[in-house]
Amino acid sequence: MADTLIRVTDLTKDYRLGDTHVLALRGVSLEIERGSFVAVMGPSGSGKSTFMNLLGCLDQPSAGHLWLDGEEVSQLSDDALAALRNRRIGFVFQHFNLLARTSALDNVALPLLYRGLTASERHAKSEQRLHQVGLAERMDHHPAQLSGGQQQRVAIARALVGDPALVLADEPTGALDSRTGIEIMALLQQLNREGITIVLVTHEHDIAAYADRIIQFRDGRVVDDQSNERRDAGADFSALPVLT
Amino acid sequence: MNFTATLAIALKALRVNKLRSALTMLGIIIGVAAVIVMIAVGGGARAQVESQIKNLGANLMMVFSASPTFTGARSAAGATHTVSEDDAYAIARELPEYVAGAAPALRGGGQVVAGNSNWSTSFYGVTPDYFDVREWTLAEGRFFDQAEINGAAKVAIIGRTVATNLFGDASPLDEAIRIRTVPLTVIGVLASKGQSPGGSDLDDVILMPITTARNRILGATALAKSRSVGSIQIKIVDGTDSKVAEEKVRELLRQRHRLQAGQDDDFTLRNMTELLQTREESSRVMALLLASVASVSLLVGGIGIMNIMLVSVTERTREIGLRRAVGARARDILQQFLIEAITLSLIGGLVGVLLGTGGAQLIGELAGWPIELSLSATLLAVSFAAVIGIFFGYYPARKAARMSPIEALRHE
Repeated sequence: MADTLIRVTDLTKDYRLGDTHVLALRGVSLEIERGSFVAVMGPSGSGKSTFMNLLGCLDQPSAGHLWLDGEEVSQLSDDALAALRNRRIGFVFQHFNLLARTSALDNVALPLLYRGLTASERHAKSEQRLHQVGLAERMDHHPAQLSGGQQQRVAIARALVGDPALVLADEPTGALDSRTGIEIMALLQQLNREGITIVLVTHEHDIAAYADRIIQFRDGRVVDDQSNERRDAGADFSALPVLT
Repeated sequence: MNFTATLAIALKALRVNKLRSALTMLGIIIGVAAVIVMIAVGGGARAQVESQIKNLGANLMMVFSASPTFTGARSAAGATHTVSEDDAYAIARELPEYVAGAAPALRGGGQVVAGNSNWSTSFYGVTPDYFDVREWTLAEGRFFDQAEINGAAKVAIIGRTVATNLFGDASPLDEAIRIRTVPLTVIGVLASKGQSPGGSDLDDVILMPITTARNRILGATALAKSRSVGSIQIKIVDGTDSKVAEEKVRELLRQRHRLQAGQDDDFTLRNMTELLQTREESSRVMALLLASVASVSLLVGGIGIMNIMLVSVTERTREIGLRRAVGARARDILQQFLIEAITLSLIGGLVGVLLGTGGAQLIGELAGWPIELSLSATLLAVSFAAVIGIFFGYYPARKAARMSPIEALRHE
């Protein structure tokens, strides 16, 4: 019996955009198991971004319930949501969202700043995570001194540094060339094998193929939800011709 | 999030835009420097007035004969008296609750000769009360006493300026000086008092017994034969309303001079305390004017800070979104931007203090004005700068804190 990390029931989100009433999410119910690697797909306007925002506790639903790690989060206060994001969720963005003129180490340590840890505790944990993503040698580099793939690795280390239950990756390969994209997917798969639950948003089927479950959104509803025989990104990367 | 970490973020953000930060601080720097200079100059002016009051003798009032000179005609029609020595004694005797002392003074002027040096100065024939009323002290030597007044002794006490001009650095004690061929022996030198509020040299003076002045030096003149004096110097009792004392003295003198109601005074009463108070009042008005200029500058500086903080919040929208996403509460964001604004204004304030302190000293040096730097004013200026940072930083910081994390992350 698999352990449920996320359970949503009848999740609904609507908002007003000027004069129009937008129904972004029309009653979504699903469960995501701990340790799974899920890809969320759908065209723009399908509600997948809204779903991810709710999953990331960045927003609150209009109706319905969301349990994260056994905790009902749909009615929490703004401060409580911030604390929840800090402890339970790691974000990876398409455009990395690293702080400019700030070392890789300090970028990774950012979430810990809001946990009241001392500087030495922050740095120890961050160094460990940079090690894990293979950037131990680049800790003092600023984002501008790093390649796109390296920047995304720093961002992944930042997502991991708080020991989250869930990593949400929003188009993590969207700003990268396909080779680097596969490399990043290999890293995410490796982290998943180490036990981290990953929910990935992508519109590329090639990228979604690395997940074990693919959920399709359209018009605010889940239209397809299937398990997938995941491709091994590490093997795909090794098979690529070596760059000279 | 702890304070030092927030401060470090704020300092870093300010360092990234060095020129912009410096320009933003400029308004605060100018405002604080202006406050410091203003208070230093204003305080110096007030201290000068205070020391002048002290030099002149606190609570001083003067009565002058209405006649412009010793030898002049009686000015007021029908007046039978000018101010006389007896008026002085009467004031002291009859108004003890208002007057602490009243000293007649007979003024003269002329060439003073000592050896082969000479000097033109004023001399006063006075009684020992005079020293008390005008709060003269001696640098060396002694005052004359009642016996020397009775005997019209040929003694003199000279001021510092006279001593320097006649004797240089040598001690003038027991030396002989001559005024209008009358030889006097110097028995004392007055402690220096510096300038009067009017700018005249208070040390350029010779004091001698009133009888000596009247009988020996001014002897030839008609006025000298009466007991008239040029002025009466009155010290009013500490804590008395000088206006009330003035009226009492006026009343007594009019009565003694047998002036009818409606008749003009045949004397002039000058209330020095009031004069100085007026002067102090005008320096206060000046300081107030400067203060308003300084506060306008601080206000403009504050608006500059608000402007730049708003720009900064907009520029760093994605950063704000990211911080919110990784767990910053709204109040952490508020704190971060508020501390940034306060840091800006505080650094500006500190630079302003340095600049203002230096500027005040420079102005004092160049213009020859007295300067009085005040620690409390400095602290006030710096804390005012901090308050400006909080006041003008709050709105941009709140704007940053209220951003929706989703919108902020999506910001291009």
